[in-house]
Amino acid sequence: MATVTRKLGSRLLHTMKLMRELEHRIENLYRQGKIVGGVFIGRGQEAISAGSAVQTLPEDVVCPSHRDLAAFLLRGLPPWMVVANYLGRKDGPTRGRDGNTHLGALPLGIISFISSMAAIVPVANGVAFSFQYRKQPNVVLCYFGDGATSRGEWHEALNFGAVFKLPIVYLCVNNQYAYSTPVSRQMAVEHITDRAQGYGIPCQRVDGNDVLAVYEAAQKAIARARKGEGPTLLECETFRMSGHSAHDQAEYVPKELFEKWKKKDPILRFEKYLLEHKVLSRRDIDELYAKVQAEVEAAVTRAEQSPYPDPGELLEGVYASAEEDHSLPMTQRTRGKRETNPCQ
Amino acid sequence: MPVMTYIEAIRQGIWEEMERDDRVFMIGEDIGAHGGAFKLSAGMQEHFGPNRIVDTPLAENAFVGAAIGAALMGLRPIVEMQFADFISTCYDLIVNYAAKARYRWAAGVPIVIRGPSGGGVRGGPFHSNNPEIAFVHTPGLKVVVPATAYDAKGLIKAAIRDPDPVLYFEHKLLYRRIKEDVPAEDYVVPLGQARVARAGTDISVITYGAMVYVALEAAEKLAQEGDGVDVEVIDLRCLVPLDREAVLATVRKTSRVILLHEDTRTAGFAGELAALIASDAFDYLDAPVLRVTAPDCPVPYSPPLEDAFLPHAADVIAAVRRSMAY
Repeated sequence: MATVTRKLGSRLLHTMKLMRELEHRIENLYRQGKIVGGVFIGRGQEAISAGSAVQTLPEDVVCPSHRDLAAFLLRGLPPWMVVANYLGRKDGPTRGRDGNTHLGALPLGIISFISSMAAIVPVANGVAFSFQYRKQPNVVLCYFGDGATSRGEWHEALNFGAVFKLPIVYLCVNNQYAYSTPVSRQMAVEHITDRAQGYGIPCQRVDGNDVLAVYEAAQKAIARARKGEGPTLLECETFRMSGHSAHDQAEYVPKELFEKWKKKDPILRFEKYLLEHKVLSRRDIDELYAKVQAEVEAAVTRAEQSPYPDPGELLEGVYASAEEDHSLPMTQRTRGKRETNPCQ
Repeated sequence: MPVMTYIEAIRQGIWEEMERDDRVFMIGEDIGAHGGAFKLSAGMQEHFGPNRIVDTPLAENAFVGAAIGAALMGLRPIVEMQFADFISTCYDLIVNYAAKARYRWAAGVPIVIRGPSGGGVRGGPFHSNNPEIAFVHTPGLKVVVPATAYDAKGLIKAAIRDPDPVLYFEHKLLYRRIKEDVPAEDYVVPLGQARVARAGTDISVITYGAMVYVALEAAEKLAQEGDGVDVEVIDLRCLVPLDREAVLATVRKTSRVILLHEDTRTAGFAGELAALIASDAFDYLDAPVLRVTAPDCPVPYSPPLEDAFLPHAADVIAAVRRSMAY
C-alpha cells in the first residue's frame, strides 16, 4: 500500500464509524422494544465491507450479508432507510416485508441476501455471469460468513464461478462463529481457503481487522476479476464481537476471546494509523465522529417518522402488477409511484 | 400450418424468443453439444453459440442461482432441469430466493425453469415425478402444465416474456407422441386461461398435462359404450395463475365433476379445486366431487407396477359412472 490520501482515509474511517454507531443505536432500539425482529451486527468486522466495497464502480454490484453494513452504506443506501427497515416501516427498502439488512436495491447495485446465507453465492455468480454475457467490465463482491461455506450451494457456486471464470470476488467474513458453532465444528481443514483451493480459485487470507490489508487484497482481486482472469476468494479473519443476534448473549464464546480481539479493534487501529501517518489530525477525527453521531440521530429521527405499512398493501407485489413496464431491466426502470425511494 | 410434435413446439417457441430478444438464453446440463437428454436443444448451440446455450457443471443450485442473478440484472434465462424430479435439489433458491424477491425488495426474477415431468415411460422413482404442487403452494411462482403442441409453444413464449418466475412442466410422455398443426408464426397463449378440450353437458373432468388425453379417451369411450354420458374436459393449462372462472363455469354447466391428475393424491391440486368448487359452486353440485389421481406412493419402475400407479381411462370411467349414479 503506497499512501492513504486524506480523502480515502476520511471515507473509510467515516464509513466504519457510521456502521459501528448506527448498529449500536439499532441495538438500543431493540432493547427499547422498538425493533421486534432480529438485530444482526458486524461490530469489530467493519473493515471488511468498508475496505472492499469502497473500491466498487457505480455499475459494479455488491451482495452483502447482515454483518457487512458498510457495503450498503458505501453504495449509497441512506442510513435512515436501514433503520426504517429494522423498524418495519413503510419507507424502508422492503416496505416492511422483511427486516434487518435483508434488503436489496438494484439501482444502487445491492443484491439482497437471504437467511440461508449461502444462497447468495450462486445468485451473485449470476450477476457476474450477466456482466460476462453483456461484455461489461464490471465485478461483483459477494460476502458470506464461515458457516455459509459448509452449505452445498456455496460449494456448487464456487466450482461454477471457477469453471466460468466469473468476474467476482468471494469475501468470506470468517468471524469464527456461525451462531454458536465454532469454525472447528464447521470444518476439518484449518482455513476456508483450504476449501476454495480445491476449486482452482486463487485464495488469500487477510487480516480482516486491518482495513488497509483488506483494501489491498480486494484491490488485487477486483483487478483480476475486471481483467477477466476469474474469481478470487479472500478469507478475512476477524471476530464477531457480539452474539449471533441481539437476543444472544454468546455465553458459548470464551470471554478471553472477546478480550483478545478487542485489542484488534479495526476502527481504533485505523485511527492510530491515520494519526501516525498524519493523514488526519485528532481534531479532524473528532469532527468526523461528531458528524457521524449527528447522522445517526438524524437517521433514527427520520426512520421513526415513517409510518407502518398499511395492512391493505399485504398482497401487493407477490407478482408483477399489470401496469409495470417490463420491457426494461429493473436497473434502468423508473417507477413513478415511489420516486422518494432510491432503492426501487 | 406445419405438423409438429409437442417437443418441437417447445423448441420452436424457445428458438423464436431467442431470435427476438437477445436477453434470452438457456442454461442447464448437457444442452449444448449433446442437445439435451431429450434433444430439445439439438443444433441450438451451433446457431446461438455457447454464450446463449450454456452447458454447466452438474449442479442445479449453481445454475438455478446463476439464472436468478442474471434475471435480476435484466436477462431472461431459461433453465433446463434435465428431469423435473431434480428440481428438489434447488428448492431453496426457487422458493426462498426467486419466489420472494419481488415481494421483499421489488426485484423481479423473470426466469423460466422448464423440464420433463411425468411418468408412463418406465423412468422409475427419479425420472417420473410430477413435482408441481410444491411450487403451486409457493406464492410468487407461476406454474404452467401444457398438454398440446399448440399450447406448448404459445405457453413457453408467454412464460419467457413473463416478469415473474415461471415453472414450466413439460410431460415427457407427450414429447413425440403428440403431433398436431402448430402455427409457424409468433403467437402467445396467455398464462391463466384454461381451455375446453371437449365440450359436454353431463359431467366435467378437470385436468391438465398428459391426463388431458386420458380424460378425452374416457369421454370417447363413454360416448361410444352406450352410457349416453356427454363429458366435458377442461384443460387447465396453468395451475398458477388458475382460471377459477373456467373451473366454476364448467361446474355450473354440468353439476358433476371429476378432478383428475397424475400427481399423487394427498394435498394434490385436486384438493384445492375441490375446495374452490365446494365454496363457490356448492349449490350447483348434483353429486360429490370425486378425485382420480395416482396413489400416495413413489413412481415405481416395473411396468405392471407403474401401470397400476398411473390413472387410466378406466379409472375415469368408473368415477364418472359413480358420479352419474349418485
